[in-house]
Amino acid sequence: MSKGDVVLLDCWVSPFCMRVKIALNEKGVEYKHREEDLFGGKSELLLNSNPIHKKVPVLLHDGKPLSESTIIVGYIDETWASPPLLPSCAYGRAKARFWADFIDKKIWRTNGEEREVGTRDFIETLKQLEEALGERNYFGGEGDAFGFVDIIAVGMASWFHAYEKFGGFKVEDHCPKLSAWLKRCKQRESVRKVLPDPEKVYEFLLMFRKMQGLD
Amino acid sequence: MAEEVILLDFWPSPFGMRVRIALAEKGIAYDYKEEDLKNKSPLLLEMNPVHKKIPVLIHNGKPVCESLIAVQYIDEVWHDKSPLMPSDPYERAQARFWADYVDKKIYDLGRKIWSTKGEEQEAAKKEFVESLKLLEGELGDKPFFGGQAFGFVDVALVPFYSWFYAYETCGGFSIEAECPKIVAWAKRCLLRQSVSRSLPDPKKIHGFVLELKKRFGVE
Repeated sequence: MSKGDVVLLDCWVSPFCMRVKIALNEKGVEYKHREEDLFGGKSELLLNSNPIHKKVPVLLHDGKPLSESTIIVGYIDETWASPPLLPSCAYGRAKARFWADFIDKKIWRTNGEEREVGTRDFIETLKQLEEALGERNYFGGEGDAFGFVDIIAVGMASWFHAYEKFGGFKVEDHCPKLSAWLKRCKQRESVRKVLPDPEKVYEFLLMFRKMQGLD
Repeated sequence: MAEEVILLDFWPSPFGMRVRIALAEKGIAYDYKEEDLKNKSPLLLEMNPVHKKIPVLIHNGKPVCESLIAVQYIDEVWHDKSPLMPSDPYERAQARFWADYVDKKIYDLGRKIWSTKGEEQEAAKKEFVESLKLLEGELGDKPFFGGQAFGFVDVALVPFYSWFYAYETCGGFSIEAECPKIVAWAKRCLLRQSVSRSLPDPKKIHGFVLELKKRFGVE
């Protein structure tokens, strides 16, 4: 099912890269991945492919670069039709894009420096996401199927363990439905193959925070 | 089938302008409702409970929030007239990338230009000009970002042109001198009725900014 040469400039800990890998797995697309060393200096290929933001993930499809994870996932969905990740109706798609945008604006922009405020805001945001999920198994996709918003959201799962340790809380206590959703996602092979060991993420973030002088 | 289209908006908002332009491009009749942002209507709070912001497009009672999402929605529903998105998936991804770039840079930098002074303002001006130059590079020799046809990225960026005069006056610089191609492109867009009817008079925007400065205590 491969249409051409697909290369991903990647970083194991990045939840944004995880989105792209999960989407490619869902579509059964074979790809090569090149691990970028965040501390060793960015590769020429990365700097040439994403000169504006100089960030991963970058997807190279037959040599043509694409950046910004949400945009890449949309491209993957449009290029490899099956299974569809976005709903077929325009309104459903608008809602899916809204929640993907919410996750990017609210979860990933949360400032980690002030622990107390950060944790409160973070939990509040998770609660809003949980409300959007409602009684469904997944955010969907068509109907109740695993889809676009699930892919955009699930990368944060591997970072929860670290946040819980830093913030002294458990996601499950505040958002049991979201917790259940995460467990469900992790049972999918496309997700399981991609999510890193939460303990390794915690160690990475510890080291990263020390480097930034945050601890 | 009667379509009911309502737009909750605020006249100086460049995000609202995007939706106005898209609706006009498609020739859609709609009910424009001006919001007082200091006193948000129950309808706005009901239709956008998450962000409580304008613009909100309400189509047959169902809300679509976030301007770029609303523009894509309009393009998909009324797809038989004036397409705004390219048809090729790679071109579409590129269009989304540049619209996202405009979102990440232009509004916040512009805001810093009118609301700060000294070094902070200088830094904002510098980065603002650099961002516009990058966009100029992307435009190249094309009449529009969409190519021969007016498109998604044009819709995303052109509303900010109505704010240029305010930025220039507050910041003490000329955007036309730094980025003549962008200004030429904006004027070309303004020849389209959908744009000229959706953008307010730049002097009015400047007046609005002066009021904001007073309110926020910026000299």
